[in-house]
Parts: sequence; structure tokens; C-alpha cells
Amino acid sequence: MRKTKILKNPPAFISYASAAGYEEHRGPLGCKFDFHDETDLFGSDSWEKAEGELAHTVLSLALKKGGISEQDVEVLFAGDLQNQCVASSSGLYNFGIPYLGLYGACSTCTEALLLSSLYLETSEGDTIAAAVTSSHYCAAERQFRTPLEYGGQRTPTAQWTATAAGAFLLGRKESGVRITEIMPGKMIDSGICDASNMGAAMAPAAADSVFALFSDEKHDISSFDRIVTGDLGDTGSFFLHELLSKDGIDIRDKHEDCGLLLYDRNAQDVHSGASGCGCSASVLAAHYLPMLEKRELKKILFMSTGALMSPSSVQQRIPIFGICPAVVIESD
Amino acid sequence: MYSSKEYAEHVKKTSPRSPVLKNSVKAFFVGGAICALGQALFFIYLNFADEKEAQLFVTVTLIAAAAFLTGLGIFNKIARFAGAGTLVPVTGFANSVVSPAIDNKKEGFILGLGPKIFTVAGPVILYSVLSGALYGIILYAVEVFKKLS
Repeated sequence: MRKTKILKNPPAFISYASAAGYEEHRGPLGCKFDFHDETDLFGSDSWEKAEGELAHTVLSLALKKGGISEQDVEVLFAGDLQNQCVASSSGLYNFGIPYLGLYGACSTCTEALLLSSLYLETSEGDTIAAAVTSSHYCAAERQFRTPLEYGGQRTPTAQWTATAAGAFLLGRKESGVRITEIMPGKMIDSGICDASNMGAAMAPAAADSVFALFSDEKHDISSFDRIVTGDLGDTGSFFLHELLSKDGIDIRDKHEDCGLLLYDRNAQDVHSGASGCGCSASVLAAHYLPMLEKRELKKILFMSTGALMSPSSVQQRIPIFGICPAVVIESD
Repeated sequence: MYSSKEYAEHVKKTSPRSPVLKNSVKAFFVGGAICALGQALFFIYLNFADEKEAQLFVTVTLIAAAAFLTGLGIFNKIARFAGAGTLVPVTGFANSVVSPAIDNKKEGFILGLGPKIFTVAGPVILYSVLSGALYGIILYAVEVFKKLS
């Protein structure tokens, strides 16, 4: 049976930062981001470069907030949605930190946190690992969908790729907010080939991870203050609750979805909600970690959800595989 | 638990659908307004040109207007509301060519804009030319058959 791995040396969040674009800044969490750019360009002249700049900005901010020099960071786990993860490489190369590039679609944030924790499990002393993930609406739209100025309508199940990023520095600390348990996600065949319904495509993977976690006797839903999924959106959250109810699990009281927190869906035309590597990363850094630090929350389950597909795989009717790694974050 | 096939079917049935009726009504009025504008332009152009030329001028004006509005980033906002209302008239075609042109300019005029300008309109161009040719062949065959009989 799948179980979480309990970390012997649970790493603490030494510093973290978030940055976002125009639409995200207009949303309910707008004032909580450390940085935002109204133009979405972050001083660049193309959307792809802008995402690199966004990733660069957010890591610079995290280093600055923690008073840490890049030379003190031993490893960098980073990823984004662009082909070959080029936003992470082009944006972060000049920090000179040893780099491990990741692709887990929108689940990359949890994947990076999970791997950073594992890296630190085998490290000694004051080793610091960094996790950075980003996404950019315009870069993703160009790559996965239609040209930006193309005039068309979207389905109500479609999601809006967040122009946002989060950076996290993990290491040893006396007290604070820690990652205590980790669990990689299984790839689940959703049978769905519709890239406009990624929430529904990811819901079975999220249900599988929640089910695995709470089938384990040591976990109890009531011990968590929040169960946070990455970007299932409205449609995906509905199917997650429905799938779990078949197994007799009800998480509705505790469940929150980053994709539903980032925008005001009544005022912003984002359909089912937000998505993208930067969605869960920015919401964790701007919303949940400060709450955990202030001890307004004690323990959360954080599980970014990813839809593994490419434009070609969708056109060839290869189903979208969902994935949902999980980390338990606690404040002590 | 569902099999993935059952789940996909269940999702298809249960997921919220696009509001077809509402979208159709909006498309009807916006599309109708664009056509009415075309007709008004036609009457204006008749003062300067004959009927055939006036028709051509109307098409050119609508294409130019749609291209201009696409460049200003306004067209997609109208289209998000109007849907097929802006897509079906010639305005949609103009937008489908101009939008990838703007989008891919950053990759250069030769390797970016050049090959990608017809990514959206490509299928329309290809299959309309193809069906035109097919229609021509059928028409020719019918004419030949008529002469023979």
C-alpha cells in the first residue's frame, strides 16, 4: 500500500516569496503577493522571457527576504510549463546554483518541495535547498492553445493559467513551518482527452492520493486544518468530492483549491478557475505559509495537481494522465 | 471505482456545458449587426462604385477593421462575448490570420511569422480550396454528361 514517508529531519521554510501578474493582483489574494507587474512583461520584450524574469524575480525576493546569499544555496529544483522548462533555465541560470529541472505540469510545486525535502534528508548542517516554480498565462496560451489575440469562446470547464511564481528556501531551523511527510503521486489515466477540462482529468489522481493518505491509520482528516489541492478548479473539485464520496471519504469541510482562491470567478472571466505551476506555488507562498507562520493554521496537506499532456498528445487522443504528489506542512 | 472509460463518459455527461442558447442569441445579434454594418457600407459605397466593386469594398473594409481591432487587442474581447457572431463573418477569418501573425513575430519574420501565420486559418484555406476544386470537377462531369445525353 502507498504510504507517506515521514521525514527524519523535517526541513523548515527558511524563506519564501511570491510574484504575480495583473489578473492575479486583481484577485482576492492580490495584496498578499510580494511583487506584481501590471504589464505581465516583468521588464521583458516577450512572454517567454517574461516568465524567466518572473522566476528570477521571485527567487531574488526569497533570498533577499531570508537574508541569504545564492552561494549558500546548495541545490535548486525548478520547473515551469514552457517546452523544455526554458523559463526556469533562462531565468535562473545566473544565480549559479546547481540546478535540477523538473516537469510535473501544474504539480511541479509540490514535486519540487518533495524533492528538496528528500535532498535535505541526506544533508547535514545548514544546507539550503531552493524550490521555484512559475507559469505565465501568455506563454502557456501560445504553446498549448491559440494565439493570444485570437477571438473565441471557452468552455465553462476551461481554466486560466496563472501568471505567477513561488520560491521556497528550505533548510534547518529551530522552530517554524516544516514539511514533515511526503508522498509522490501515481499517474492516473483519467480517460479524458479534452484539454479544456483538466480539472476533471486531474481529479482521479487527487482522489487516489487523498484515498491513499487517509487509508493509512496514522492519518485522520480531523487532524488537518486544510486539505489544499493545486488547481482542480470548480469542475475538478466537484469530481474530487464525488469520487471520494464513493470511497466514503468526505473532505469538503477542509478542502480548499488554490485554483479557486487566486481569482474572483464572479468578477474575473476565468471560467473554472486558475491553473499552472505558479498557481499553487504563489498561493502557498502568499496565503498558506504566512497563516502557518502566524499559527492560524497548524497542519495542512498540500497537494498540487498536474495534467500530464502535450498539444500533440491531446490531438492524438492520448488520454490526459493526472498526477498529485502530496506534502504535509506543519508549524511547530 | 470507475474505469477510466466510465469516468470519462461520466465527466462528459456531468461537466458544465457552454450556454448554447445564450451564446446563439448573442452570436445572432452581434453577427447580424456586423452584416447590417456591411449592408450600410454597401449603400454608401454604391455612391462611388458599381455594385460589384461596392461588394468588394465592403469585404475589404470589414477585414481591415477586424485586423486593426485584433492589433489593438479589442477583437478578442468582443469575440469572447459574441462567439460565432464575430467568427462566421469575414471578420473571424481576418482575426484568425492576424492573431498568429502578431503572436509569432518575436520568433522572426521568416521562421516565426512566415510558417505560423496560417496555423488557425490553414485548415479553412486548404479545405475550401479543395472543396472548390472538387465542386468544379463534379460540375464539369455533369456538363459533359449533359452534352453526351
